[in-house]
Amino acid sequence: MTPRKAVVTGIGVMAPGGVGTKAFWQLLTDGRTATRAISHFDASAFRSRIAAECDFDPAAAGLTPEEILRMDRAAQFVVVAAREALADSGAPADQVEPHRIGVSIGSAVGSTTMLEQQYVQVSDRGGNWVVDASNVYPHLYGALVPSTLAAEVAWTAGAQGPVRMGSTGCTSGLDSVAQGAQLIEDGLADVVLAGATDAPISPITVACFDAIRATSPNNEDPEHASRPFDRDRDGFVLGEGAAVLVLEDEESARRRGARIYCEVAGYAQRSNAFHMTGLRPDGKELAEAVRVALDRARLPADAVDYVNAHGSGTRQNDKHETAAVKVSLGDHAHRVPMSSIKSMVGHSLGAIGALEVAACALAIDRNTIPPTANLHHTDPELGLDYVPLTAREQRTDTVLSVGSGFGGFQTAMVLTAPGKGTYRG
Amino acid sequence: MAPNGLGTKEFWAAVLEGRSGLGPVTHFAADGFPVRTVGEVFADDTLPGVDPRLAVQTDRWSQFALLATEEALADAGVRPQEFSPYDLAVITASSSGGNAFGQREIAALWSKGPRHVGPYQSIAWFYAATTGQLSIRHGMKGPCGVSVAEQAGGLDAIAQARRALLHGDAALVLTGGTEAPLSPYALACQTASGRLSRSADPERAYLPFDAAAHGHVPGEGGAILVLEDEEGARARGVEAPYGEIAGHGATFDPAPGTPGASSSGALSRAVRLALADAGVRPEEVDVVFADAAGTPELDRAEADSLSEVFGPFGVPVTAPKARYGRLYAGGAPLDVVTALLSLQEQVIPPTGPGTVADAGYGVDLVAEPRAARLRTALVIARGHGGFNSALVVRSLTQ
Repeated sequence: MTPRKAVVTGIGVMAPGGVGTKAFWQLLTDGRTATRAISHFDASAFRSRIAAECDFDPAAAGLTPEEILRMDRAAQFVVVAAREALADSGAPADQVEPHRIGVSIGSAVGSTTMLEQQYVQVSDRGGNWVVDASNVYPHLYGALVPSTLAAEVAWTAGAQGPVRMGSTGCTSGLDSVAQGAQLIEDGLADVVLAGATDAPISPITVACFDAIRATSPNNEDPEHASRPFDRDRDGFVLGEGAAVLVLEDEESARRRGARIYCEVAGYAQRSNAFHMTGLRPDGKELAEAVRVALDRARLPADAVDYVNAHGSGTRQNDKHETAAVKVSLGDHAHRVPMSSIKSMVGHSLGAIGALEVAACALAIDRNTIPPTANLHHTDPELGLDYVPLTAREQRTDTVLSVGSGFGGFQTAMVLTAPGKGTYRG
Repeated sequence: MAPNGLGTKEFWAAVLEGRSGLGPVTHFAADGFPVRTVGEVFADDTLPGVDPRLAVQTDRWSQFALLATEEALADAGVRPQEFSPYDLAVITASSSGGNAFGQREIAALWSKGPRHVGPYQSIAWFYAATTGQLSIRHGMKGPCGVSVAEQAGGLDAIAQARRALLHGDAALVLTGGTEAPLSPYALACQTASGRLSRSADPERAYLPFDAAAHGHVPGEGGAILVLEDEEGARARGVEAPYGEIAGHGATFDPAPGTPGASSSGALSRAVRLALADAGVRPEEVDVVFADAAGTPELDRAEADSLSEVFGPFGVPVTAPKARYGRLYAGGAPLDVVTALLSLQEQVIPPTGPGTVADAGYGVDLVAEPRAARLRTALVIARGHGGFNSALVVRSLTQ
């Protein structure tokens, strides 16, 4: 029996710069940036006052008034993305037994915006340690527990199979897609909605990154503030959004004649066991994750046509990641294009990994590589081909996507064009 | 780390005796709160035994895990430095993250301004903090994970750890989960669930499957287990493993309002999937550690499901958590610990004095310690929103 394999048959995206997959891909291939001055709240007292925000009207996106009250912004994002993904896939959910539909969602910070807003109410703006518990917001428990995000997706998809909710910081997105693929590979589900969501542009999250100077303070020039791999990069720009993929068992997807964007060919997680936020410049553990992911995909390093970078634009990340790619891909690292979409849509913490997988699936489908925007002066210490400014049309059968996050987590995923790229020996 | 016992030995003794760890809130003045009874582990804010350098950058919930891990590694006789770092993984569960830490920082932000938020908020509050800290402290570079599916997450994490071992992605996994949900804002959030007991009497506050059930008591703590590939464990000289994680099943309840679908049906499926995964027939299950939600509707669903799979009164059912509370992500790992100790000691610990199962449920609820031949145990955990997770634990001695 050939092992079961997960393929991507539907994509739903909520990203800065426009709602939906189409707007997302347009932004990426135009090389436009969606970073701007924060408008969600008055950020004048903060060090970093810029972010990549979604222009999102929940009612226009089809959410009912009850849903809007019930759901934090992160939940709204992921539900809207899930609905788009299902529609895009040709709604196999209607033809599949609910028991065989699974869900795997990730989020780094869950429903933090609703938690903060309600906290401000019941604490008298932070004045009272013992908050007023006499009349709390009826949906507040749902905000406390991030499991709500996966539950909302399960309800919207009618899923009654395994529902996973994970939270591995900034690798949550890649890890949740990997877990979703596992549900298919293990035969526990035939269709899985896999993805991630975060809506962290609220005072507490902006403040916590201010405190460690991780975010860019380039408040004067927000559109050009996210500069991965540039010699003048000065931190990441916070983002928000969600992406959900419909993953299906390859064989049943082919049987129903589904459009297949790509296959999930391999993935691996490793940890640096070094520091909660610090990265060693050698990128050793990320390189190991890449090596194992390629090994599982049964692909040699030189099969990789495109590296979708973590590329957060912090001084240390871009160095760490570049070293990891050089170690794991060897000489091929100098030939393969590598870009960061965070230059355009910011860094939406756990969500970004899912957005990046969506971008990879589209890159394979359209044979086009999104650029790294704002890259005018490649850091000479780095020295790879980071696809500056302009998208590139080129055959893209095999993509490597990598992620790195607080806690020391390192994840690599290999995606391949349907029926191509994978050595089945 | 449980409200009725610190350390495995003390906890097991408490569970067998049915000793209660429930009482009034002492962490803060909770007079205005609609919840009167909780399960606290320490009265103190600072936990004794945590490295001071780590104490300043971690929430109480991570500290529970750090302490439990020290005990687990010592108990297993494991020195992580003797393994290849990539063979060591950490997969934990959390349901609400670093509550007290987060509340202190957010209070500073809103009362004093952004510059008063400390550098550790970014690493202490988020749900992955515990896994990250354990990985760093013990040099574990293998696949790391965090499950956040409320009470069900504790079993999902252990199942994910088992998968990593079965697929050769790790040789040893630190797994389980902890929770510290008793700080003011976190507790206030829980009151919105409508599932908390309002009783001020610790003896009557949490009565799962009882006709007088009226909600659960929230508690703090949890458990960390060392999970190893059996062959590897034996090769390094482990002679008597506590038992094996033999099977897992997970399902999700139908969305509210779905016609004709029942939540007990979804739970039954999870149980059957776990049994099938373990290659176990229902009649081979010797004891069930119930989710024991403690509300009439959820108790009924779980009881119906157990009757459906095992027959009415078909299997002994116990819920020691009635004596220490629901610990969310920490709860199910603690149940797995209890299940493993039950298999080892050949005795079913009681739900505790005071809980009398409503006969209409058809549940054989164990009220006194019951000696029995125990080989296979089933642990059930249900997460808010509709998560059902079931885990089969089996003895490795005949």
